[in-house]
Amino acid sequence: MTQRVAVIDYGMGNLHSVASALEHVGALEVVVTHDHAAITKADRVVFPGVGGIRDCMDAIRRLECDQLLEQAITVERKPVLAICVGMQSLMTASEENGGVACLNQLPGEVKFFGSPHQEADGTRLKVPHMGWNQVVQKQAHPLWTGIESGSHFYFVHSYHVVPDDPGLVVGTFDYGLAGCAALARDNVFATQFHPEKSHKAGLTLLKNFLSWDGTC
Amino acid sequence: MALAKRIIPCLDVDRGRVVKGVNFVGIRDAGDPVEVARRYNDEGADEITFLDITATHEERDTTVQTVEQIAREVFIPLTVGGGIRALPDIRTMLNAGADKVSINTAAIHDPTLVSAAAARFGSQCIVVAIDVKRVSEPGSPPRYELFTHGGRKPTGIEAVSWAKKMAALGAGELLLTSMDRDGTRDGFELTITREITDSVDIPVIASGGVGTLQHLADGVTQGGADAVLAASIFHFGEYTVREAKQFMVAQGIPMRL
Repeated sequence: MTQRVAVIDYGMGNLHSVASALEHVGALEVVVTHDHAAITKADRVVFPGVGGIRDCMDAIRRLECDQLLEQAITVERKPVLAICVGMQSLMTASEENGGVACLNQLPGEVKFFGSPHQEADGTRLKVPHMGWNQVVQKQAHPLWTGIESGSHFYFVHSYHVVPDDPGLVVGTFDYGLAGCAALARDNVFATQFHPEKSHKAGLTLLKNFLSWDGTC
Repeated sequence: MALAKRIIPCLDVDRGRVVKGVNFVGIRDAGDPVEVARRYNDEGADEITFLDITATHEERDTTVQTVEQIAREVFIPLTVGGGIRALPDIRTMLNAGADKVSINTAAIHDPTLVSAAAARFGSQCIVVAIDVKRVSEPGSPPRYELFTHGGRKPTGIEAVSWAKKMAALGAGELLLTSMDRDGTRDGFELTITREITDSVDIPVIASGGVGTLQHLADGVTQGGADAVLAASIFHFGEYTVREAKQFMVAQGIPMRL
């Protein structure tokens, strides 16, 4: 299994940390790019993202990353890892910025936690959901190899993903609701948390991604 | 299952070295920032904060290189503060590998920097640092104001209303430092910590005054802080971050071990 990884760069946020984390766990070559030829050449694709969804979607469409993702996901069927806003961008639509249409690769909505947001017992919860929370593995998946269910991962987000098909959820977090921490379908694995910032558990997940053949 | 509280070791960096002073005087050398950051990463720190206290602009170029080096080796969130004055400074630090930047004095001079930065880079990476001192007479109701220049210069701005304003402008997090306590090892100023954590919906990091592990726990249980920041108790080998976390877990605080 070759380990040439393309990290899709559509101009939103710091992509060096995900690139250096991939290199740290053994990726032979990591390119941070929106060049279609370079991404076509890669064996696997990471789709990160931070910031507001409207700006992200505008940049994705302007750089034609939507076509590129379609190509990687459904035509070439490469292993794709989407992170945070990258994951949210794959859904149908987001409530953020007054409502934004997304890529509809994974049918479902991106919803606001709510303000105020609270536990069932009335305990106030801060938004953004920022920090280390436990991820309960709902289904076995090659990317969970060597990671215990209940391990902490680093989250920072105010919106969360609700897929139409709950069967896609492979990991959940508890923050006033059972949120979707990770979902998987065929050759796509998507995380709301940041594996590149999640120390050992996150690095293990990235290492697993490098050797994943894109099947469940 | 709960969101863990965070322990954030802080590196005050002057011309490429980690230093720590008592109330910013009597600075002691605590090592090379990359080595120190790596050690905290290995010990289980939840984040690292890097505060550049280098006096002159020219010497700050080394800061960018240091941040780049840390970001290549440390796979937990990294916040960089000190000398962040305008949007290009934020862009530079994020490109160097910082996950968040901390804005302090510049937000006082121009609060719209916070909203502009949040709109451009996202609230998740904008931390507003608030340095406060108690200004009320003993016996009268507590009142805290913002100070600049390491606690020497009063601004007349009341702390709680400022915290609310920063949250409304789009700050993703507040770093609250008591300048009365910073470097004293007397513990956090819990009164203002509690008041601010109860007043805003965004996470608050308590800072200034940690001398014991109990102080860290108190910041969470009494101050209501989402994260606690400390420097000297970790720098000089008194406690490891792991020991601090185990202590807090024993007091029923959710932590990532």
